[in-house]
Amino acid sequence: MNFDKEFDASGLACPLPIVKTKKALNDMSSGQVLRVVATDPGSCADMAAFAEQTGHQLLEQSTQDKKFIFFLKKA
Amino acid sequence: MATKKMAIIATKGTLDMAYPPLILASTAAALGWEVQVFFTFYGLQLLRKNLDGIKISPLANPAMPMPVPMPVFVQILPGMESMATMMMKDKMKKKGVASLEELRSLCLEAEVKFIACQMTVDLFEFEKSEFIDGLEYGGAATFMKFAGETDVCLFI
Repeated sequence: MNFDKEFDASGLACPLPIVKTKKALNDMSSGQVLRVVATDPGSCADMAAFAEQTGHQLLEQSTQDKKFIFFLKKA
Repeated sequence: MATKKMAIIATKGTLDMAYPPLILASTAAALGWEVQVFFTFYGLQLLRKNLDGIKISPLANPAMPMPVPMPVFVQILPGMESMATMMMKDKMKKKGVASLEELRSLCLEAEVKFIACQMTVDLFEFEKSEFIDGLEYGGAATFMKFAGETDVCLFI
């Protein structure tokens, strides 16, 4: 999937993947896509909850080699 | 969608109890919530410029996982608290857990409002110069004004 920006949250524990994803989205424009890579298993549920509450769209979520990959479209 | 609001009363000053208010405040702010944290009694320690004094003690803390079982009479020995704190901080760093300083900065950056309880600042004879900048000072009525409008209100 194409994306405009990437944020690597590997090695970070709760709440940093979410708090820093929000920071990464701050300087993006509406409609742009952010790819987030995380290793915290809690981030799977948290990223969905983050998207639901903020209006950003979680386009896709997958797991590759113990890494969790998210594509978020900025609202 | 109306902005959600959360108010937290932070009353504890040990390493383990310092995390929940800062984690929840920074996360709620990232979700777009308006957040205020009211620091009172030992919670005031979280507002000091230097957070090195925030420690964890195995003493009277039987739920704390220890690498080796440690009888209480060993836990009271000088230096045990510092050692436990060092080990805990080391473990947190290895697991990617943010430092208290980092979480606090993330809160302030996200415009979480920090209020220091004036009564306990005076009680413990703290100087405002010992605390970080950007704080407000107030009492229970200040807190209640915002707390009364919130969706989530926690005492930690």
